[in-house]
Amino acid sequence: MLFFLFTVIVMTISFFSNREKTYFGIKKGFKMFYGIFPDLLFILLATSLMLGFIPEQTIIKYLGDSSGVFGILIVAVIGSVALIPAFIAFPLAAFVMKAGVSIKLLAVFITTLMMVGVITFPLECRYFGFKAAFLRNFFSFIAAILIGLTIGLVL
Amino acid sequence: MKNRLKIIVVCFLLLLFFLLGQTDYVPLKLATTHFRHFFFEMLLFLPCMFVLIGLVDAWLPRSIIEPYIGKSSGFKGSFWIILFAMLQAGPLYGAFPVSVLLWEKGASIRNIFLYLGAFSTLKIPMLTFETGFMGWQFTLLRTLVTLPLFVLIAFLMEFILKKTNFSVVNPKV
Repeated sequence: MLFFLFTVIVMTISFFSNREKTYFGIKKGFKMFYGIFPDLLFILLATSLMLGFIPEQTIIKYLGDSSGVFGILIVAVIGSVALIPAFIAFPLAAFVMKAGVSIKLLAVFITTLMMVGVITFPLECRYFGFKAAFLRNFFSFIAAILIGLTIGLVL
Repeated sequence: MKNRLKIIVVCFLLLLFFLLGQTDYVPLKLATTHFRHFFFEMLLFLPCMFVLIGLVDAWLPRSIIEPYIGKSSGFKGSFWIILFAMLQAGPLYGAFPVSVLLWEKGASIRNIFLYLGAFSTLKIPMLTFETGFMGWQFTLLRTLVTLPLFVLIAFLMEFILKKTNFSVVNPKV
């Protein structure tokens, strides 16, 4: 909501400063939005189905029971595939943490969630090309595991 | 696939999805609830994001922004681009179109991936959320460990991609 207000304010200032530039900018913005709109709808659909079919308890079970290498890998894969916005992910993580899940796994989960995107991968390929998109996700995956392990060691 | 055709296909899938969501099958019911939740978040957030991107594009021609984020600007440019990324909000796929803009304004390969790294892990709105739920120790530690790693990734990406014909483009409509 704040972001919406911010946008309106910026648009208003821009409009009174220079009408032509403002029209050009808004038109360009909507054109870009239109270009990825169907992809986005598809991403939303896939995520919703996934969240619907994998019960929260199942997710919690696997996050909690296995804390070895296998557990880290499972969590990293789930975090990479899932597309959960931060405002859902952090409360969920805090909830799971109270249930006794190791902070190491949560850190891996959150970091892969942030940096790696399997569902958005086709979209990323269209922007950066397959090689760059693949390498970015691959390196990020490894980095996320390192970050999780470090946090697990310290906290 | 043409964009209009894609929209038709997705709309058909959505119609099917919501019809199936009317049944008593719980996973599908849950899925439709999730979808509604995400959809309204997106509907408010994304058009704003894109309008802002468009306005930045209109107001900041290449010559103004280039000294800060262009190929020749080195570490100062990297600093500015990380700061720029931290001030934004939203999911990672919202950063892709911004990358196109930065690329067109002359950002280097390294800075494009520094932008993506900072955007995905250091957004200030997200950090406030993280601090609220996970505690400041977790947030601070994660930030301190993540920063050098995504800088390293950006250097690696530049090292690997500079010999290829890498570019960032808007998907063809």
